[in-house]
Amino acid sequence: MTLTPTGAPPAPHTGAPRRSGWTEAVDRTRGAATTEPGRLRIMGAVLVLLVVAFGAVTAWQVTERADAAQDVATRTQPLSADAANIYRYLADADTTASTGFLSGGQEPAKVAQRYQDDISTASALIAHAAADSSASGQAQSEITILNRELPFYTGLVESARADNRQGLPLGSSYLRYANSRMSGVLLPAAQRLYQVEEARLGADYGDSKSVPWLAWSLGLIALAGLGWAQRRTFLRTNRVVNHGMAGATAATVVLLLWLVVGHTVARVDLEDSVTHGATSLKVLNQARFDGLQARGDENLALVALGGDTAFEGRYQALMAKVAGPADGRGGGGLLASALSSADDSAGSAPVKAAAGDVARWRGIHTRENARANDGDYSQAVGLVIAPSGSTDQAFQAVDDNLDQAIGHETDELQGSVSGARDALTGLPQGAALLCLLGAAAAVVGIGRRLSEYR
Amino acid sequence: MTADGTTGGPFAGSTDRPAPQPPGPWRRGLRGWGGVGAMAAACALALAATLTLTCGFGGPTAVPGTADPAARARQASTSSCDAQNMAQSLPPSQAAGPAVRRIQQRHELIVGVDQSSYLWGYRDSTSGQLEGFDIDLVQAIADNLLGPHPHIVYRAIPTADRFTDIDNGSVDMVVRTVSIACSRMSVAAFSTAYFEAGQQMVVARDNTTITGYDSSIRGKRVCVADNSSAQQLLGQQSYGARQVTVQNQLDCLVQLQLGYADAVFTDNALGAGLAAQDPSVHLVGHAVNPEPYGVAMNPKDTDLVRRVNAVLQTYRQGGWQRSYQHWLAKDLPGISGPPPAQYKS
Repeated sequence: MTLTPTGAPPAPHTGAPRRSGWTEAVDRTRGAATTEPGRLRIMGAVLVLLVVAFGAVTAWQVTERADAAQDVATRTQPLSADAANIYRYLADADTTASTGFLSGGQEPAKVAQRYQDDISTASALIAHAAADSSASGQAQSEITILNRELPFYTGLVESARADNRQGLPLGSSYLRYANSRMSGVLLPAAQRLYQVEEARLGADYGDSKSVPWLAWSLGLIALAGLGWAQRRTFLRTNRVVNHGMAGATAATVVLLLWLVVGHTVARVDLEDSVTHGATSLKVLNQARFDGLQARGDENLALVALGGDTAFEGRYQALMAKVAGPADGRGGGGLLASALSSADDSAGSAPVKAAAGDVARWRGIHTRENARANDGDYSQAVGLVIAPSGSTDQAFQAVDDNLDQAIGHETDELQGSVSGARDALTGLPQGAALLCLLGAAAAVVGIGRRLSEYR
Repeated sequence: MTADGTTGGPFAGSTDRPAPQPPGPWRRGLRGWGGVGAMAAACALALAATLTLTCGFGGPTAVPGTADPAARARQASTSSCDAQNMAQSLPPSQAAGPAVRRIQQRHELIVGVDQSSYLWGYRDSTSGQLEGFDIDLVQAIADNLLGPHPHIVYRAIPTADRFTDIDNGSVDMVVRTVSIACSRMSVAAFSTAYFEAGQQMVVARDNTTITGYDSSIRGKRVCVADNSSAQQLLGQQSYGARQVTVQNQLDCLVQLQLGYADAVFTDNALGAGLAAQDPSVHLVGHAVNPEPYGVAMNPKDTDLVRRVNAVLQTYRQGGWQRSYQHWLAKDLPGISGPPPAQYKS
């Protein structure tokens, strides 16, 4: 880097008619270019610049991609998972509240505890999301809605419980109102927050996968420059090898290969984590959301029996979305798409099990519906909330299996992303080292030629 | 009596209103039936004088149903059923016909009920049992039909399904605060009236501004159930009130308690159910638009209608009063007894 085309910085001229520094530099370069040593100096400087620029841009672009992959693993993917969990715990709280309601005045302790846990977990996750300083304006406004509505919702559920304990039908009105706030305000806000986080995750994926064109181009230009300089030297001196320039070429080739291979491997890993991780997670999360809401609607259909018939219709629609039409033999719906994007048995087994549980759930629901319509209310309630043989139990099995599948896909995603980061490990440092070596070698090579003119 | 022209949508909740029906062929058979009771006579007199129904509650009250020219025209064209004779039912009889035998051979009575109308038909969440004024009546009917400890199947049915369930035979009868109306005569046969309700205001006890369904509701938010006759009445004469519409009248109490409404306008029978669930609200003013409740059955089951009327004949002598004292007297005081039975001659 000490070699400059003119050997010294242009000094300011005093006294003489003033010319700009640039014009002077151009003139001096033009002057130098008329002699072979001058041309060699210029050539050397350009080669050094190219090699160094290639190294620097490689280090910069690779660091950027590694950082984006790091963000996927440690920031945006967990944030997206948090947003999905906000939705999940809110929907679970709503479903659990209606399950408790159906058990009559005295809720089972387990159900009451689960509702409490759901609400505290959801609150903690909302607070955590609010603390993320990088959250966008839209994310913040969704979080504001969640923060404002959640206490109102829990108040409505408490009123429903208090009325239910006194045997007042008013409790069912409060419960339905609470449900309408949940499914009409809270869950849509949680869904939008999830979409915002998904978009951020997608952006980080895009950043980490994008091809470092500039580094690739500089690498090729540097190689072309080195090749041209060596050919020129050969033509003039008939010496086949200039050791310095050959060394510079080798360093550049190694760095370029490392860059191309390293980034391509990382890119393949990231593609893999998108198709098998992020896409599967999206489908599985949606299946879980819809299953939770279907379960809530099933409860409320019984709470509002003889009143509101819309809940049963919503239940049927959601179940069809999760697992396809009711008469279809275990096919279709979100579970089928989750199954098709699962790439190993560890991922597909829980999804298959969930599909089986959904079929069982639907079977019990049909019996329950018949009991309710025949006026056998207590039997119908039993089929919905009993600890075993009930739709509640089948739903739990679906949810547990989906939880397992989601855990597996998250691990897969994290594994692929960390594989991608591994592929880029050491590349920025290597780029710095190799480009300095290459530059030094180029200087040595040009120096050898220059010394021949002394 | 007045609900002609009101429509009972699927979400009318517990406040049930008849939907307009074309006159059925069998209605011509009603022509010439008389047997007008004392109350109906008074009503007829008042109607003749003012074309306005004034019987029932408190002072004279304009009834939009009959003041409406279209409604008058329809009543004129279907003179077999009108506000005066619609509460007339078949004379009582204990004789067992095909319908009664069907129930007795099945050893169970299948009744369509509501499970969320407090005081009338609701499920006690601690016992899981259905209770209320309507349920007491069902019990009396079942005792008569099936003997002691009868087996009763209570089917909680949506408002919209009441008459289809009667028609397709999935229930023997509906006891669910169903109001008797001419427009329903083609889809149901009614027993004699066992209660008479009207539209009334429910407000918080500390609300002294609203005094009833009158100009005191100007600028206030009044909650009504969608498709209820209270909603229709308020649409015709709002007194400057703003309407808050919810799915059923019980949801109105939630709105009132949360401060989203200043008053609830509903059937006073169900309004009493609201007041009973919240000691800080009560019924104010007079009830308007009186309408009788009856047990709805299939028009083909004439023996069952007569049998239920026979049960009601006895029930009016003591059972009714005990049930009224137990369920309604506190929140719907001042009713001396059931409306008198009116029979077709």
